[in-house]
Amino acid sequence: MSKNSTIITLKKVQKIYQIGEIEVPALLDINLNIRRGEYLAIMGPSGSGKSTLMNLIGCLDTVTSGEYWLEDEDVSKLTDNELAQIRNHRIGFIFQTFNLLPRANAFRNVELPLIYAGTTPGKRREKAISVLESVGLGDRVNHKPSELSGGQRQRVAIARALVNDPSIILADEPTGNLDSTTGEEILHLFEELHKQGNTMIVVTHEETVASRAARVVRLFDGKIVSDTRNDSNSQTDKSSTTDILARVKRKNIPEAG
Amino acid sequence: MKTILWDTIEAGRIAFGALTANKARSALATLGIVIGVMTVVLMITIVSGLNDSFSTQLARIGSGTIYIQRFPWIIQDDFFIYRNRPRLTQKNYEDVKRYCQGASTITPYVDTMRPVAFKNESLGGVFLIGTDETYLETTDVMPEVGRFISRMDAIANRDVAVIGTTVAKELFGQHNPIGQKVRIGGFDYKIVGVLEEQGAMFGQSMDSQVIVPIGSMRKHFGRRRDLSIIVKAINPDEVEELKDELTGIMRRTRRLGPGEGDNFSINEQGQLMDMYTQITSGVYAAGIIIGGISLIVGGIGIMNIMLVSVTERTHEIGIRKALGARRSQILRQFLIESALICSFGGIIGIGLAWGGAKAINIYLPTSMSVPLAVAGMLFAAFVGVFFGIFPAAKAARLDPIVALRKE
Repeated sequence: MSKNSTIITLKKVQKIYQIGEIEVPALLDINLNIRRGEYLAIMGPSGSGKSTLMNLIGCLDTVTSGEYWLEDEDVSKLTDNELAQIRNHRIGFIFQTFNLLPRANAFRNVELPLIYAGTTPGKRREKAISVLESVGLGDRVNHKPSELSGGQRQRVAIARALVNDPSIILADEPTGNLDSTTGEEILHLFEELHKQGNTMIVVTHEETVASRAARVVRLFDGKIVSDTRNDSNSQTDKSSTTDILARVKRKNIPEAG
Repeated sequence: MKTILWDTIEAGRIAFGALTANKARSALATLGIVIGVMTVVLMITIVSGLNDSFSTQLARIGSGTIYIQRFPWIIQDDFFIYRNRPRLTQKNYEDVKRYCQGASTITPYVDTMRPVAFKNESLGGVFLIGTDETYLETTDVMPEVGRFISRMDAIANRDVAVIGTTVAKELFGQHNPIGQKVRIGGFDYKIVGVLEEQGAMFGQSMDSQVIVPIGSMRKHFGRRRDLSIIVKAINPDEVEELKDELTGIMRRTRRLGPGEGDNFSINEQGQLMDMYTQITSGVYAAGIIIGGISLIVGGIGIMNIMLVSVTERTHEIGIRKALGARRSQILRQFLIESALICSFGGIIGIGLAWGGAKAINIYLPTSMSVPLAVAGMLFAAFVGVFFGIFPAAKAARLDPIVALRKE
């Protein structure tokens, strides 16, 4: 598969929730193509359908109608177990609240997707430790989440997302529970991952986060209202970065405990 | 296959972690299993101990030996029916001896209780048996020192006695009783032998007895004593035929008409065994039912605690599902957890039953067998799996999105 091939295709995707007698449309007629190696931000206010879209892309949920092609597979037609396998092999999740297992140490958390993939213990150890080292946590392998800072926790979660070499990395408000400096570190790490050739999809409602992506898709009321490319390379745009930091700081988001 | 192995090991680890994190809760949840396994295992141990000791004791009677007596060994209806029966007489014995074809040995037998004294030592409640030399053949007793009563002793109604080991020990201590004179119920008897130690039978010591010639017993303690006739079959496999033959002889010697019922009883070991099995199977069934009920109650307790556990760990289940855990993997995780709790309860229950069996062992020979312990463990684990199915299925069916949202 060539480097610039399409990795995700959404065709006329609809998602309608049935709440009692009432049908609540969450996504209406979504058409979206994402190429391998893209860095995409999905933006929108709460209720715009971005979480629903993320759940669909992440194979946590299935479409009501339309098609979802992940690489060469029509995911909308898969069974529960096949979806689990796709989540395990092809998708790396990064959550706002990290979603680490509290009783397990960093290594055990990172190892988890490999267990469900049926990897042998020796290989699991090797891979989990090498990926923890790559996110700068080589010395925190045996620490439990409660013994780590917010930024370190999110790095564990990133390591866990990367450990099975997924096709896409799907991050849901990855800096939402972090202070601005730590958030910046995480976003920097995302850029590194993107440079290494990973397909990054970040769901966020923060302009500062979205502006780091190469492409921004905006949702409103379950529809895509804009799909733009950031021309300026934000990584090198120093003024923009400080501006972002200032704005994030003003919001003064507390760190998750 | 490999995947199943790894995530089963993983499930075991998770389960173990969850159990140790909630030690008190797990221990309380498994209490019902502890009691259930303990009851069943202990009951089986006791009953099999009883069975063993009973059949060892019964074996002493011998399967080819028949007792013709006034009373049956098992009295099922009114005792007064039997009380009005005439005693067995010397004539009955002589007729049986004269006509019976299927018997190898026929022994007359009377017994009573009398005190036995030697010098200043006295021993009460001694079982006094009057018989003849054939008693050696119809029963298993053997003299250890000296000799048994002889044919001549019996014919001549000599006042000689063979004593049991308890009597020897109590009255003579370390001294040799052979040749000494003891007073039995006021009459002097010369000791000619000491019997081998026989232990107890149905709770009664067989060593606190004295055997004398039947004629001597009649002479001193009454001629009209109730007689028993012990008959040993030539062929132990033809006991039934022998019983029929003996019934016929007895009816004739007692001149019973065609319409009259037997006024004597033909007793043998088999009847006791039948009755015994009947009683113990009742005890057995009761134990199993009680244990079974507490296992069911225990299982419901486990189901409850597993449901709590699933609810508490909904978020964790969501994470695992998001990371690619399949339904079967989540199911397995929780099944292993509940099987582990129950096995733990099973181990404790078996431990308690083992201790109980040890304590009872003072009164009754009981020993817990290894297969029984293993079966108890496996059954506890099975209860865990069975009652874990519902909570585990609930966990496996959780929608990952809903589960993730729950904190």
